[in-house]
Amino acid sequence: MLLKWVDKNLKYVFTLPTIIFVLAMVVFPLLYTIRLSFYETSMSQNAPMVWVGLKNYTNMFTDSRFIMAVYRTLIFSGVALFFEVVIGVTIALFLNRNFLGKNIVKTAFLLPMVATPVAIGLVWTLIYEPTIGIMNVVLGNFGIPPQLWLGSPDTALMSLALVDIWQWTPMVMLITLAGISAIPEEPYESAMIDGATRWQTLSKITIPLLAPTIIVAIILRLIDVLKTFDIIYSTTQGGPGFASETLNILAYRQAFENFQFGQSSATLVVFFVFVLAVALAFIKIKSKVEVDF
Amino acid sequence: MLSNKKIRNISSNIAFSIILAVILFCTIFPFLWMLIASFKNMVDLLNIEKLLVFSPTVQNYIDVFSKYAFLKPMWNSLYVGVVSTGLALIFGLPTAYSIAREKQNMFASVILIVRIIPAISFLVPWYIIFMKLNITGTYTALILSHLLVALPLIIWIMIPYFESLPKDLEHAAWVDGCSRVGTFCRIMLPLSAPGILTCSLLAFIFSWNNFIFGLVLCTNDTKTLPMAVFNFISYTDVNWAGLMAAAVVITAPILIISLFLQKYIIKGLTAGAVKG
Repeated sequence: MLLKWVDKNLKYVFTLPTIIFVLAMVVFPLLYTIRLSFYETSMSQNAPMVWVGLKNYTNMFTDSRFIMAVYRTLIFSGVALFFEVVIGVTIALFLNRNFLGKNIVKTAFLLPMVATPVAIGLVWTLIYEPTIGIMNVVLGNFGIPPQLWLGSPDTALMSLALVDIWQWTPMVMLITLAGISAIPEEPYESAMIDGATRWQTLSKITIPLLAPTIIVAIILRLIDVLKTFDIIYSTTQGGPGFASETLNILAYRQAFENFQFGQSSATLVVFFVFVLAVALAFIKIKSKVEVDF
Repeated sequence: MLSNKKIRNISSNIAFSIILAVILFCTIFPFLWMLIASFKNMVDLLNIEKLLVFSPTVQNYIDVFSKYAFLKPMWNSLYVGVVSTGLALIFGLPTAYSIAREKQNMFASVILIVRIIPAISFLVPWYIIFMKLNITGTYTALILSHLLVALPLIIWIMIPYFESLPKDLEHAAWVDGCSRVGTFCRIMLPLSAPGILTCSLLAFIFSWNNFIFGLVLCTNDTKTLPMAVFNFISYTDVNWAGLMAAAVVITAPILIISLFLQKYIIKGLTAGAVKG
């Protein structure tokens, strides 16, 4: 009897635990954040929550720290994404042939992506170390004066972008490689018969046929790069000063360093809406591109 | 005599190998560096004349486990990783199957959105909610938070996997009088073993690597490895050799798993990227 009932209602029985989890751990906390964003609270026992209306939101637009955080998030993401896609696609096209040990090479590319970010942050901090780091030693051989890297407000953010590029270019490369292997043989055969040059084959066949794959890679990376937290917080905690403070880090510091939970919630709501909007826009573009090709 | 064409071929092969070697070197250099530094003593590490020539020591590793007590965080990470991955499979596999077979596309979109939402959005509300429930710092809080990463990941990888399995098998089983639940457990799950392996590996790796939730939700007793490493930085500002040994300890298990099961992990990471 019970089995029959379960069979009939399978789609509810099988999804119910997940639905409950999503409601309790995702929907409810998000609503709670939205509510909190209209209050001023430090979450301590003796200080009550104070309703402040839209003040936390209007604060943001006059707060230069917030505006700079938005700017840094965009610069960091833009720079990292640009180089990851350009280098990743180039390497994938370059590796697109049969050679001994191709699988070993692929495995090597896997390592930066799966290694623990905190450990990666540590190693790069040592590499960037101004006095004992290998970076300045190597650059010194080329006559470039020592840099402070993570220690200087001018270079901290871009030094972190370089770590992100090192870590995630392989992702774009592996996705592109998978995309290349899914391209059919026929266009290449006809191109060869027509006497197309290598460059023509690349620009007229490979790249256009790869476009949907590359766009997917861009979407996946964009969603993640906007949310970069581990690498930044484990190396600079947003510093020196605010030099590497992205929106993510700003929201964290507001809540857990300054105990401004209301203000932090407002930042989180804005950040959340922003990431979601960007992601959905790109997913829309993706479905358009897939129809076109 | 070599013909012109052959010479061109050979030189192009040599150029390819050199470029490949450079790319590979850049990719694995930080890992090599971490490994090398972890075997140096502090005096050698601080001396840039001794970048590669030094007298190796394992003292740093001994310190990591004795002086900095890494065994407990290691156990915590393993425990939280295994339990959250296991729970995510129990919740996620039936859900993914149901979405795949019953075409619950709306629900699939919800799962996608959960994957997109920045993890930090949950940090503030969870911290407060867990504090009110009095479970901050417990394994329960950590496991629940890690589930948020594992569950959507597993569902998202498994939906296309279940979709790709032929329906005839299930129909045949139903005709033979097998219930739908029975078909799922006895036929669909064994057939999906490679997919399940892929998503479990990734779920475990993401849990093992997770830093942001631990930052707010653990106590000294329940802290996971990334937190232990992070605390290490703040307390001992300059013990670089020890830090590198700690970094090796935390990444080694993941790297070893990846070396042996790279095929599955690549599949998982690029899942859904190339529409088949």
